[in-house]
Amino acid sequence: MNRITRRFQELHRAGRKALIPYITAGDPHPEATVPMLHALVQAGADIIELGVPFSDPMADGPVIQKACERALAHGMSLRRVLELVGEFRQTDPETPVVLMGYLNPIESMGYTDFIAGAHAAGVDGVLTVDLPPEEAAELIEPLQAVDIAPIFLLAPTSSPARIRRTARMAHGYLYYVSLKGVTGSAALNPAEVAEKLAEIRSYTDLPLGVGFGIKDPATAAAIAQVADAVVVGSALVSKMDALAQDPERMYREVAALLAAMRQAMDQGPSPEPKAGSHSPTTP
Amino acid sequence: MKATRNEVDFSQFPDSTGHFGRFGGRFVAETLMEALLELDQAWQTYRNDPAFLTELDQDLAYYVGRPSPLYHAERWSRRLGGAQIYLKREDLNHTGAHKINNTVGQALLAKRMGKTRLIAETGAGQHGVASATVAARLGMECVVYMGSEDIQRQALNVYRMRLLGATVQPVTSGSRTLKDALNEAMRDWVANVDNTFYMIGTVAGPHPYPLMVREFQAVIGREAREQMLAAQGCLPDALVACVGGGSNAIGLFHAFLNDADVAIYGVEAAGSGIETGRHAATLCAGRSGVLHGNRTYLLNDDNGQIIETHSVSAGLDYPGVGPEHSWLKDIGRVQYVAVTDAEAIQGFHDLTRIEGIIPALESSHALAYVTKLAPTMRPDQRIVVSLSGRGDKDIYTVAALEGIQL
Repeated sequence: MNRITRRFQELHRAGRKALIPYITAGDPHPEATVPMLHALVQAGADIIELGVPFSDPMADGPVIQKACERALAHGMSLRRVLELVGEFRQTDPETPVVLMGYLNPIESMGYTDFIAGAHAAGVDGVLTVDLPPEEAAELIEPLQAVDIAPIFLLAPTSSPARIRRTARMAHGYLYYVSLKGVTGSAALNPAEVAEKLAEIRSYTDLPLGVGFGIKDPATAAAIAQVADAVVVGSALVSKMDALAQDPERMYREVAALLAAMRQAMDQGPSPEPKAGSHSPTTP
Repeated sequence: MKATRNEVDFSQFPDSTGHFGRFGGRFVAETLMEALLELDQAWQTYRNDPAFLTELDQDLAYYVGRPSPLYHAERWSRRLGGAQIYLKREDLNHTGAHKINNTVGQALLAKRMGKTRLIAETGAGQHGVASATVAARLGMECVVYMGSEDIQRQALNVYRMRLLGATVQPVTSGSRTLKDALNEAMRDWVANVDNTFYMIGTVAGPHPYPLMVREFQAVIGREAREQMLAAQGCLPDALVACVGGGSNAIGLFHAFLNDADVAIYGVEAAGSGIETGRHAATLCAGRSGVLHGNRTYLLNDDNGQIIETHSVSAGLDYPGVGPEHSWLKDIGRVQYVAVTDAEAIQGFHDLTRIEGIIPALESSHALAYVTKLAPTMRPDQRIVVSLSGRGDKDIYTVAALEGIQL
């Protein structure tokens, strides 16, 4: 079974919601990525979304754009990202890793090489931002043949017909973009999110993650009430940027922000948090 | 996979989801899909609507100044000693380039869709000016995204846009040029889809833009075909147009694609020379990829990262190209060639001194190729070249190259 599906089943049994941090691979520099991933897992990450930097990240706001530029300036590439995932896997065989990025680096590498490389590295899901279901058949069939989940986005503007179509093609989870805008945008409205998630649930049993605009523990907790997973990216990436000169402090403080979100989510008004479902945590 | 010309009916492309063979399509985030579907639906509704088309024709006649003349450049033809050269004078349009054909059309569509805010990207500033112009006329808010590098290079057009009431938004991400301006305009559109219409300036972007912009620009070729038939009683032997994104070229070519005997040439910017790596010759030197919502030829590195381009002409300085051009290249219907900055500058001076017409540096690339092509043809043969814009905007660039400060 795919690690993502297994992880959601474990969480469901434990009555907990998934926390999914996003960082851009190679930002602020390539040596920081694997230690940062381990720190995020220790702080309570259930699944990792690892950004593959691209020169033209159209759906991202300034924080992720700049992270891409920093990573590319250090020579980061899709091949290097796969090496980093392989390195992470040597010491963490459990935490699912989803690659999030744009189609052109994958096209450039070639679908066959990419899928073989991702499978060998231990990638569990692929979210290609600019690949809607209509254009995706050629990529997702071979992905699924090696049990890598194609993850798709849904938006506030997605019609019922598109929700149904997307849900049929998706595996792992569906990623609901909580607002009309780019990553790192301002306030999202939890009530509107709840309403749209209810609509989406009427078409699918897949877990629903929510991202774009979740910046703090309170918002994470509010979203965890209605979603199966909370995705946080720009808030972590901007903290990484601010602390890039002091790596130890960066790992510590970024992990602390994620841990605060974890705690807020687990302490939500619904039943008491349960421990034990998680990857081992050590200080 | 080469198809012979007669096997393809060019009017049948793209398909309903925007594909020209394996090129084109709709490669955007889900956040933009509904906006594109809404646009496609509106476009399908109005593209054959008599009232819409009447209004468009009126605007093209009385606001843009169409039809533009097909001018026989007799003196230049004699100098080159080969084919007769005819210039399709898009430089005489209102705002000085072919770009207005498209913005007039998209603005009418925006109005019918009830949108109140227009956004656009621009490189050299010609599409930005054409967008600001129609926005002023319709009393709509207009925001033009422009790379901060291009803002430095094109101060005159920046000021024109501001005079027209547009907000020129500098883009400081990436290479700070046209491709980054396009990214930023897409981001704006995602956040403001409810009231905003995004006017793309070329035959690129996600479906339906390559189709819609082609249809608005195809008036160039329809007119040229009629004008040539009326004046000479025959079709031209060859067409030549410059290709950046490729809208003036598709505009000229489209009416002739099914005419198998008309040879067609698209001229890209070879910058300092393709071998130097400093160029914008996407079709001549690139490979297939996905950028800005469509699959097409791109200039990208081995890792699929888009690379910076170079051309003396800001309007050709783009690492992609319209997907229909990629397809026309692969099936062999259009031949794509490239000329250098130096050759284009020579073309600029030639037309200025021999015919008394100062051409845009973009169009000068097409002219430079004509100087190579015409002498290989007979004097009873005819070339139609797209003079896509006038060169007033470029005089600072040309003067600077000659060490003259204006």
